[in-house]
Amino acid sequence: MEIPALAIQALIILAIFGITLLIATYCTWAERRIAGFLQDRPGPNRVGPWGLGQPLADAVKLFFKEEFIPATANKWLFIAGPSLAMLTALMSSAVVPFGNTILSDEFGAIRIQGIEVNIGMLYIFGVVSLGVYGIMIGGWASNNKFSLLGAIRAASQNISYEIALGLSLIAVLMMTGTLSLREIALQQAEPLFGISGMNWNIFYQPLGFIIFLTCAFAETNRTPFDLPESEAELVGGYHTEYGSMKLGLYLFAEYVNIIVVSAVMSTLYFGGFNFPFQNEIGALLSSDPKVAHNIITVMGIGVFFLKIFAFIFFFMWVRWTLPRFRYDQLLNLGWKGLIPLSIINIILTGTAILLSEHFGW
Amino acid sequence: MESLSNRKKVLEQKPMTVTEKMYLPAIFNGLSITMRHFFKKKPTILYPEQKREFGREFRGLHVLRRDEQGRERCTACGLCAVACPAEAITMVAGERKKGEEHLYREEKYAVTYEINMLRCIFCGLCEEACPKEAVFLQNDKTAPPRFERDEFIYGKDRLVEPLERADSKENIKYRY
Repeated sequence: MEIPALAIQALIILAIFGITLLIATYCTWAERRIAGFLQDRPGPNRVGPWGLGQPLADAVKLFFKEEFIPATANKWLFIAGPSLAMLTALMSSAVVPFGNTILSDEFGAIRIQGIEVNIGMLYIFGVVSLGVYGIMIGGWASNNKFSLLGAIRAASQNISYEIALGLSLIAVLMMTGTLSLREIALQQAEPLFGISGMNWNIFYQPLGFIIFLTCAFAETNRTPFDLPESEAELVGGYHTEYGSMKLGLYLFAEYVNIIVVSAVMSTLYFGGFNFPFQNEIGALLSSDPKVAHNIITVMGIGVFFLKIFAFIFFFMWVRWTLPRFRYDQLLNLGWKGLIPLSIINIILTGTAILLSEHFGW
Repeated sequence: MESLSNRKKVLEQKPMTVTEKMYLPAIFNGLSITMRHFFKKKPTILYPEQKREFGREFRGLHVLRRDEQGRERCTACGLCAVACPAEAITMVAGERKKGEEHLYREEKYAVTYEINMLRCIFCGLCEEACPKEAVFLQNDKTAPPRFERDEFIYGKDRLVEPLERADSKENIKYRY
């Protein structure tokens, strides 16, 4: 690659990194505000207008707290835990296509994406399953029974739900025939019933989406599957012994994970950066196809973030609605409920694909 | 075993039905309930900016009233101090000198009149005991928080009704 192209790529990566962190910061604020609203109270509204300065105040507080490592803890692993959690959370946003291409005369088509790999889905899977190591290592290194219990719960929960997650995805992969997230998103730009940009996979894979959504909740350790944390039984779960910014990193990593999972869900099932009537809007705004394409791309980025925000809101909405599952219920749901369902979904999808090829639909 | 009261109920846990096992209907139900609460008006009163209105019969901070001509009504008879169950009121009586008729209504007046707001239980017995209708508990004021205990001992400077009620804030020197 040329140097300017590399610089543009670096800028895009930096922007994605910064935006992810910014959204994660404001997720803490949004979580508390939404929690407040759902419980008939205003939530934090004192720091700045609508309490928007709250995340900054929280960050300042966490940064200035004493770095404390328990005497019996394994020091290196104790530090490695939150770092790993944050690292893996941030790594997975690299392959998410945040927008279509920007066409320019000098640099050709610039993709609004960290890196385009043709195995994007596998990459995300690999990185997300690495994420549990952060929790495992941190929980074990704390040398505390509650932390260890939380860590063990996290490990077995993530392993159980990854199977159903992967199986529900196979149905999507069978339909699209590609592992590249960009390809999957672009395929959904096709018109459906004459509406351009509406060929979303959710209309073909509703069952798969529900399974994926449930597993996403379990993978990000969110209520109703936040058993690794479960403050009622395990004090704080895997981060019982953590304080200051190390705790902050754990909490932050959870939000970054939510953003990434939301982005992946929007890409896989909700059309990614495509939005209804995109071709018509583009043609209306500019007659030059290149300019129209660029306008649509910029609007698509906005739409993609709107979809992410909607999913984040949904995550928080569910968190403040549902109680926590019991551990046996969690595993029963995972192994006896979701895995058979996702296998049925694969069979149904396969049958549908075969039939449609046979009858030429 | 036969139950004595005959009111014993045997509770058995029924296995979940198919709809219950699917969880989703119950989840949607719950989500709709919380969404309704999301848009509800919040009952929270944002305290320093908004204040809850006191009732008409609320007993708050005391005031020593003046009569129509602006003279202090209190004659330092001490009935309020006697009536006070918390022993919060102390006073020193003095005799009105010549030329002070416009200040005090009767020959005897209170040189000092102090209420310890930390002792006071705001029962309103002083108000009932007062024969001169001098001491009242206001229904729109409370003793604000302070850092020192002696700042809660309110003397005449803070108790006596200011001459012009309109600009009362300038007359009473609150030490915020």
